[in-house]
Amino acid sequence: MSKKKNSIWMFFASVKLALFVLFILATASIIGTIVPQDAPPQEYHQFYGSVLEGVGLYSAKAVSIVTKISTILSIDDMYRSWWFNSLLGLLSLNLIICSIERLPDVWRLVVMDNHQTKIGRLSSMRHKLILTSTDSIDQTTSKLQQLLASMGWATSKSEKEGGSLLFSQKTPWTRLGVYAVHLSILVIFAGAAVGFFYGHKGGLNLPETLSSKVIYQYGSGEELDLGFTIKCNWFHMTRYPNGAPKEYQSELVIIEDGKEILTEVIEVNHPLTYKGWTFYQSSFESHKKYIITVTNRDNDIPERFLVPLRQAVRWQNEELLFAVKDLVPTDTPMVYNFRLLVSDGKGGQHNLILEANTPKTLTRADGTEYVFQVKEFFSTGLQVAKDPGVILVYIGCGLMLAGLGVAFFMSHRRLWVYIHEQDGTTTILVAGTANKNKPGFERNFADISAKLINSQSFEVQK
Amino acid sequence: MNSALLLNYSTFGYLFASFIYVAAFLFKSNKAALGGTFFTAITVIGQTAALGLRWYESYQIGIGHAPLTNMYESLVVFSWTIAGFYLYLEFKFKNRTIGAFALPFAFAAMVFAESGWLNISQEINPLIPALQSNWLIAHVMTCFVGYAAFAVACGIGVMYIIKDSSANKDEGLMGTFPPLRVLDEINHKTMVFGFIWLTAGIITGAIWANSAWGTYWSWDPKETWSLITWFFYAAILHARFTRGWQGTVVAWLAIGGFFNVLFTYYGVNFLLSGLHSYGS
Ligand code: HEM
Repeated sequence: MSKKKNSIWMFFASVKLALFVLFILATASIIGTIVPQDAPPQEYHQFYGSVLEGVGLYSAKAVSIVTKISTILSIDDMYRSWWFNSLLGLLSLNLIICSIERLPDVWRLVVMDNHQTKIGRLSSMRHKLILTSTDSIDQTTSKLQQLLASMGWATSKSEKEGGSLLFSQKTPWTRLGVYAVHLSILVIFAGAAVGFFYGHKGGLNLPETLSSKVIYQYGSGEELDLGFTIKCNWFHMTRYPNGAPKEYQSELVIIEDGKEILTEVIEVNHPLTYKGWTFYQSSFESHKKYIITVTNRDNDIPERFLVPLRQAVRWQNEELLFAVKDLVPTDTPMVYNFRLLVSDGKGGQHNLILEANTPKTLTRADGTEYVFQVKEFFSTGLQVAKDPGVILVYIGCGLMLAGLGVAFFMSHRRLWVYIHEQDGTTTILVAGTANKNKPGFERNFADISAKLINSQSFEVQK
Repeated sequence: MNSALLLNYSTFGYLFASFIYVAAFLFKSNKAALGGTFFTAITVIGQTAALGLRWYESYQIGIGHAPLTNMYESLVVFSWTIAGFYLYLEFKFKNRTIGAFALPFAFAAMVFAESGWLNISQEINPLIPALQSNWLIAHVMTCFVGYAAFAVACGIGVMYIIKDSSANKDEGLMGTFPPLRVLDEINHKTMVFGFIWLTAGIITGAIWANSAWGTYWSWDPKETWSLITWFFYAAILHARFTRGWQGTVVAWLAIGGFFNVLFTYYGVNFLLSGLHSYGS
């Protein structure tokens, strides 16, 4: 960069541009909360129709023109549109250039040698105190160093203009807090970009007991290969006493090379992550069919049957014939028990009432025991995401909070003490500044002054 | 004693505290204002107990969850955070006149919660699976601490404008207000405080959304409006830091910002639709 910065650079470095872009982004965002996003086309005709009607400009032609403009400008899918994201890009550029422009000066303040400060500047600082001492300059200097160190202000010393200069500072790096906040925004944007380019979002409706190697991308419906197999052992829903859904749960199994690697029960808010893919419980679907599991106690090998309501099924080997006859309401709305009719092949007819997932034993005339279990047949609705950018977003969020804390609650405080001879007396000039929280520093400084005065080693200069 | 009754008392507690603060201000009695502090503190304690009790009651009816899950509960928490934040501010800045302009917000929130004007159900509802998360508490509390600070900043903005536009700024009634410079300072600090909490609120919301459905940001209207609110306060802070804006214009912006908050909090639920089904 030449000494005289060119005007394009300065334009991109200006806070005015930032405020302008933020204003446009805010306005656009507001529009996006009013106009339905990503809805089917006919909804827009309806929406703009009623808007135009509202302002008294309704005509079929106007509606189609407005709808067209809306489509061209992607008002119907704004947050993903090229221009909205370009504005976010512009904001990032603005932040980067603004920081490049200002950071060197701030950095200089952080690392600068404060022993170079002109004595004239010290005496013009707002917080200052002048003391005198009857001791020599050297004695006074070491006394002061001791006192200040005991107050937590360890000083360094230099010789200056025939006297000595002590200097101490606290947290100079806090001047960088603002830049941490600005950087955090860029980190979050970077995380979002990584997610956009390398992430995947999709869904999968997985019927109980079945498995899948793929998921279906949202929007396009395209198949995405997981690289492993996911299986749903079961889906289960519990309800509150009033019938409202309480929890959805699915037991998922990760299978790789034919081996079961991992079995885990997921719930809403408790997803399962494997190899970067995260499976979220999001919904379920009932197939209006029932899974009947029957086990012969003699060998304990369960056999499963999938049947619609009121349709009998036969277990040939055991000569059993059974059907879910109907659903029996319980005290909890929407929760049913199952009435199971069993014909046991030895002339016995049985009428069992079964709670979902709760086994019941039936004994046949010949003494064979069968355990019956019934549940509704579900598909679990999984939302599946792979977003390698999330970690960056979280780092950015952490950085932002830390940066805000530093920027708002911490300050760079500096304290100088100049000890020299004036009219034959050892004179002490104490001066300090803080870049922020001036009232806080005022108290700091008053505290230091009081302690120095109370040490009785010095006189306050009249 | 049940939580509903105790919350009813809180409404009157805040009414009474507001009344004392206003009266103390009008009669320039610092001693009476101490009564305001006393009543506010008592009410905050009572309301804390009420919230705890409501939490406990929810377990008794078999749906146990923190009382932060519908419009009624959120209004109660809003009034609670306003009063709590105000007490902190009073302690920090040692000025009680702000109470006359802050406590009425706590009272108003309770009135909206209790009066039935907004058709708000006071029942303890079961929690849908999506809301069952520890992030719920972190998200709602951070947001409401932020909202409370913005409500108080609005009150301080009003004070600033009243004092600034009165003929005798330093005498009579106006003499009991903190000096303009101090009001401006408190206003700024309050907004900074609110801004940090709002930031934390948006972040905890994003983390929660990501753990519930794998998308930390989906531009749902509530999210978008909270971002707009965040932009708004970020712009105020920037205008102050980089352009030196302060005083009256910032006081007006503090008021405008609070309208923004109210829309985000309340307007979005009723005018726009989205994921945050709170109260609808
Ligand atoms: C919406 C996103 C933004 C946030 C949350 C943010 C945050 C902050 C904060 C908290 C400060 C306070 C500083 C202090 O205590 O001194 C600040 C200062 C500042 N911001 Fe931003 N900022 C944002 C966007 C921008 C942009 C896009 C620019 C680009 C020009 C910018 C330029 C500045 C400047 C020049 C300062 C003053 C720095 C100083 O005092 O040295 N900010 N920002």
